[in-house]
Amino acid sequence: MTDLNRREFIHRSVKAGLVSASALGAGWWLHDTDPPVLEPSTQALRGIPDFSKTSDGSPAMAIAKGSDRVDMVGRALGALGGINRFVQPGERVVIKVNAAFASPPAISATSHPDLVEAVVMACRKAGATDVVVTDNPINDPASCFRLTGIGPAAEAAGARVVLPTADQFSGVTLAGGRLIRNWPVLVKPLAKADCLIGLAPLKDHHRSGASMTIKNWYGLLGGRRNVFHQDIHTIIAELAALVRPTLVILDAVSTMMRNGPTGGSISDLADTNTIVAGIDPVAVDAAGAQILGRRLDQLPHLQQAADAGLGTLDYRTLNPVEVP
Amino acid sequence: MRLVIVRRIYQAFFLLLLIWSCLVTTVGDRWFELRGWPVTWLLELDPLVGLATVLTTGSLYMGLIRGAVTLAATAFLGRFFCGWLCPLGTLQQMVGAWADKHRSRRERAAGRQPHPGQRIKYLLLIGLLTMAAMEIARPLVAFMAWGGWIPPCVVILVGLVLMQWRNPPWAVSAGWTLSTAGGIGLVLGVMLPDHRLLAAGLQTGLLDPIPLVYRSISLVVLPLLSPGAGAIVVAGGLLTGGVFVLVLALSAWRPRFYCRYVCPLGALLGIAARWSLWRMGRRDTGGDACTSCGRCDHHCEGACAPADKIRWTECVLCYNCPGDCPERILGYATPPSTTGEIAGPDLNRRAVIAAGASGAILLPLARLGDPLGVGWKPDLVRPPGALTESEFLNRCIKCGQCMRVCPTHVIQPAVLEAGVEGLWTPYLDFRLGTSGCQHNCIACGHVCPTAAIRPLALDERMGRGRFVDTGPIRIGTAFVDRGRCLPWAMGIPCIVCQENCPVSPKAITTRTVLESVAGLDQLMVNQVRSRSIQLDLPPTRRSLGSGDFFLVGPAGPENALRITGHQANRIELADDPALAALRQEASAAVHVRLQQPFVDPLRCIGCGVCQHECPVSGRAAIRVTSENETRSRAHALLAGTGLPQPKE
Repeated sequence: MTDLNRREFIHRSVKAGLVSASALGAGWWLHDTDPPVLEPSTQALRGIPDFSKTSDGSPAMAIAKGSDRVDMVGRALGALGGINRFVQPGERVVIKVNAAFASPPAISATSHPDLVEAVVMACRKAGATDVVVTDNPINDPASCFRLTGIGPAAEAAGARVVLPTADQFSGVTLAGGRLIRNWPVLVKPLAKADCLIGLAPLKDHHRSGASMTIKNWYGLLGGRRNVFHQDIHTIIAELAALVRPTLVILDAVSTMMRNGPTGGSISDLADTNTIVAGIDPVAVDAAGAQILGRRLDQLPHLQQAADAGLGTLDYRTLNPVEVP
Repeated sequence: MRLVIVRRIYQAFFLLLLIWSCLVTTVGDRWFELRGWPVTWLLELDPLVGLATVLTTGSLYMGLIRGAVTLAATAFLGRFFCGWLCPLGTLQQMVGAWADKHRSRRERAAGRQPHPGQRIKYLLLIGLLTMAAMEIARPLVAFMAWGGWIPPCVVILVGLVLMQWRNPPWAVSAGWTLSTAGGIGLVLGVMLPDHRLLAAGLQTGLLDPIPLVYRSISLVVLPLLSPGAGAIVVAGGLLTGGVFVLVLALSAWRPRFYCRYVCPLGALLGIAARWSLWRMGRRDTGGDACTSCGRCDHHCEGACAPADKIRWTECVLCYNCPGDCPERILGYATPPSTTGEIAGPDLNRRAVIAAGASGAILLPLARLGDPLGVGWKPDLVRPPGALTESEFLNRCIKCGQCMRVCPTHVIQPAVLEAGVEGLWTPYLDFRLGTSGCQHNCIACGHVCPTAAIRPLALDERMGRGRFVDTGPIRIGTAFVDRGRCLPWAMGIPCIVCQENCPVSPKAITTRTVLESVAGLDQLMVNQVRSRSIQLDLPPTRRSLGSGDFFLVGPAGPENALRITGHQANRIELADDPALAALRQEASAAVHVRLQQPFVDPLRCIGCGVCQHECPVSGRAAIRVTSENETRSRAHALLAGTGLPQPKE
């Protein structure tokens, strides 16, 4: 063997040894004797933040009558002690509207843009640094926010519209829940918020009986949430436990009495000329049920939520302030 | 003994081992059945299976570690696997030898010269591995974009600066690499965070010779030659067998055509062999003993030009050339060939980048229709234990072992049923199998070399023991097609589906109804004699005395009387006609008692026995789709079910 050959041989030996050792070493290091598990280990969030604020003795609920939403919501908030009771200067607010369908405001299937604008402006006036308006609609999200008028109204009043893109959702498990278990929920806008305001129109709902402020939280769910219609009252009661808002506002100015929740014709509407606002969604919905002409025994989810200690079914015991 | 003979013994052994491995992959405990034979051994020795699954899953599953041993040995010895082990190589060599019998020496030598096309296999390897490596690219891009746009920009800048240095010589390539990586991180991580460009998948099984030869034997050769003629029905034979025949036919044209031009495993082993200690080559010290007779080319299997500058990474160690050389100057030793070597494949950077880029873009294109998301195929029912579709596609090597072992052969190779990516992956065809997916069977997961179908314990499959809470593994749900179902649509009693449902309590329940028979529902009683009644009964092909038919009189269906006999316009009843108020001139109607099937989705496991047994045998009246399959939460059908939930 020549000197050159010997040197090359050593050179090669080292390289062959390296290839060999890295094959065996990597094989050893990466060797896995356990079969893969079915579930990718994604850790679900334990619930979402609690946005309810302790009552300072101010009224828990107000019922305003009239036909001008802007005026009515102003009076209702005033009766509750003013928006400053809920939104402090420098706070961040999320307003969960109902933008479920790409339909015009006239058919009252979605939150009314006038009301959205009024609430956003009230929050801004109270000193909120950031107001987010969001929902995970049933129809195409961009079309929904545009055609309902909610998007333009919110932006005109100084809010940001957050569309439900995939990155806005995280898996959430409700402690003690049967259905909300590692289920995608629109939590990203809520993560840094200080206040959560629910803004829902009062509507007939063919499956659950009524769509009010608690059912409105359905729009925070992602995934194939339509499976929950198999167990609608449980999911609404679980939503009542999952979402603890700062304030809810139920718009019953022009109520969809039948063919809900989509409606589609103004002949489905009745002028009920009411806005209910309060800190107890069960009580607000109980008042809404009365306007819609539903008995409480037709709405088991309200009873279930009340039984779980999430609110007061007999809203009159809260002494709601009536603003004529 | 001449080394060539030893090699042939090895080749024969591994070819027989392959055929044996496929043959015994059948459930049973006779000596030629499964009973613990190591039937995936050859697949596990294949380092391409191990390497590709490491890229897609980050781990080397069970026996796949054997591939690391092959790779390690190749690094010292060269491509012994290709020349001595690979059954596809052996088969090609046999065909090539047969074809060579009619060729002159010159023709033989002409077909064995190095060809630029031999680099194609390296490019295919790069493409396929890039496709798999995209799984790693995703976290890398995410990592780079973790700190926003500044880190990738810094990387780009560093790269640009390095490129300007020009010295040391690697600075330019390093600079290019860094700025490209930074650019990718910036674009895909920061500017387009929701892009779909980094889709990964395992497609080595398309061309990997070991899975290819396994599936060819298991899905074509053995079914064709099985003694119980037609016992094993296998879909896609023309494609699976056609590829196999084509590979062999091409080797008659050019010896080991597949090994030379196509085989990605050969390319991987060639790269590993680049610095091997022992190698073929010329051993004449002066380099002048060769008479250029060209005989070394007459039987060369690798087209590696042994007397010239040997293409060492192409050599498959067939050891034919030393015996053919009249001067005895060729041999296997540690020094390089005296006339020099061509160390690696003839690859330029542009070709490598093009191959990698092609591999990287194919899956994003295939997945633009979101076949793993909203575009999923409900008719694609995977075997029990199959992982979630994306995980499954990251592991399945298309070897066909699960299809071979399936005792009912309900597991079939997909042609287009699983999409383009799913070619040759297993799906359940409830018509082709001899039954549905057997309730007590877990064979498929236990022969899967990569755990694309994970090995289940029988308790987990059945939802017993510690799996009581999660319930049995569901591969889908049966749906009754009421428009095709005999009791639902045609007034004909049946419920074969309910009888055959293996789940206990049954997932198929029935509702009993008494339904009037069209054409026999407005009759008039002509005469009543004891339990025998004469009616104005039109001719009918239904045998009304079968026990399923009833006569309803003015007393209504609740007082219907079973018909026990039927002849022309006279029928016999099981009881006194007066109980149904059937008297002369009374109106009467023939009813049939039907049991109409319902599926309980909480119990159905999707085994498809009902579909297989349905007498509507074309498009069955009860069919399984993958709705509610355990492996996918997105396919859940019921609220509060789906994948096993994390414990609180």
